[in-house]
Amino acid sequence: MSMAALDDLLWTYQNVITALGINGLLALSMYVVLAVGQLSLGQAAFMGLGAYSAALMSLKLAWPFWAVLPLSCVAPVAFALAVGGPTLRLSGVYLAIATIGLGEVMRGVYLNIDLFGGALGLSGIPEAAPQWVIFAVLGLALFVLWRIGRSGVGRAMEAMRLDETAALSMGVNVRRYRRNALLASAVLAGLAGALSAHATSFIGPNDFGFEPAVSILSFALLGGIGSPFAPVLGAWLLTLLPEVLRPLADLRLVLNGVVIVLAVLFLPRGLLSWRMPRRAM
Amino acid sequence: MLLATEQLTRRYAGLIAVDAVDLAVPDTGIHAVIGPNGAGKTTLFNLISGLTPPSSGRIVFAGSDVTGDPADRRARAGMARTFQNIRVFNSMSVLDNALTGLHPRLTASLPAIVTRLPGFRREESAAIARARAALGLAGLLTRAHEAAGALPYGDQRRLEIARAMAGEPRLLLLDEPAAGMNPAERASLAALIRAIAAGGTTVLLVEHDMPFVMGLCDSVTVLNFGRRIFSGPPAAARQNKAVIEAYLGPKVAARLGGAA
Repeated sequence: MSMAALDDLLWTYQNVITALGINGLLALSMYVVLAVGQLSLGQAAFMGLGAYSAALMSLKLAWPFWAVLPLSCVAPVAFALAVGGPTLRLSGVYLAIATIGLGEVMRGVYLNIDLFGGALGLSGIPEAAPQWVIFAVLGLALFVLWRIGRSGVGRAMEAMRLDETAALSMGVNVRRYRRNALLASAVLAGLAGALSAHATSFIGPNDFGFEPAVSILSFALLGGIGSPFAPVLGAWLLTLLPEVLRPLADLRLVLNGVVIVLAVLFLPRGLLSWRMPRRAM
Repeated sequence: MLLATEQLTRRYAGLIAVDAVDLAVPDTGIHAVIGPNGAGKTTLFNLISGLTPPSSGRIVFAGSDVTGDPADRRARAGMARTFQNIRVFNSMSVLDNALTGLHPRLTASLPAIVTRLPGFRREESAAIARARAALGLAGLLTRAHEAAGALPYGDQRRLEIARAMAGEPRLLLLDEPAAGMNPAERASLAALIRAIAAGGTTVLLVEHDMPFVMGLCDSVTVLNFGRRIFSGPPAAARQNKAVIEAYLGPKVAARLGGAA
């Protein structure tokens, strides 16, 4: 393949390539909460806060992207801290439902407040996020989560996922781990939102509602949570599948639903059930 | 005293599971809480380890009041426990289980973990050495890399003890450690508990098996219907009328008393 043909290919599929990076980050954002045994579905809401706050910083304040990107974590983290108190006392489906509710509340806020552009969303966001930045952020996140997963912190996370009472009795500060997992989830989803907004130049309220929340869950369900690579693999498969099966593109949500059901029934540990080794030394 | 409870009480709707119990555990030795089924032994353990909040009363551990502390803080203060219904981390390896037990001793910061600074590596290899020592004590070193859930029942009980001991606690709480064990397993468990006490860790165990306790413990506290009915050396418990009544019922106790 000549360089020109490669360029052609990259240009034709650049939306898909961008989506691979963004969805990989979102899958990691899901992974960090599932890894401590929590089912929180607030990732799409975190992403929305990151996307809207970053877009406004670029559009209204004309701040440079390198400043906007790290600041895009602020709103999602503040939101996570605010909801962290009340929702972390919930667990299981109750937490899932509460976080879905919060996502819908935010959608209502975007729709009804002029600053956020209402139903039309925000457009004309500078396309300041090159693909290499997206994949650099994804790579860095994977690296950090891999190293953490292999340490005593990863052991404690796995312990509380397997048996919270036993983990507590081993001295694992379960409350702090839960809160920190939620904050990490907010950071990752917020970054994904800011990158996505600055790659596609348009965001709307429906990009961050219930449907994306479920899609993000299906990434992790399909891939598994044995290592941080597993949910990213799940995200990539679910991003590529509709492209490969073009005629089914309209059925993306149906496909996601089917994948969730099949994964839960037949692959309870996900496609990549391999667990990361924890002793190299 | 390493551990003391003062008027410790836990009420459930219509039931007082633990009723104004005073318990004193000295700094060394092996001590038992015994009593018939339903006497409140496990509830007392959950109160001491912090898994159940008390309705009233106080718990003092190593000189400080821990009544309001959550279970994980008590564990970090040097309290470790096992469970009556085994709670090993099934899908983790035996070694990883033991390593989880010394979680309170790990201090590496997140940046150190991510960048694998020498300090982190040193701490991790020291942790592995310590975990292996705990497994060695429990006779599980050869199975270090097996999945914990695949171990036989008796070994899982010993793994729980190894996991609790890996953090080098000051007080080890054993909830019915001999439950479901055959006589040979019991004998080796008793030897393990003696070795732990000889190593300087105070042991408090809950049992309803009297013979197991009698030969092993320095002192016993007997509970019945949530109340403390005896506290003292095991030999004296055997002669105590209230204890015999609690175990055998007043009729049998009276007959034994008449025969003696």
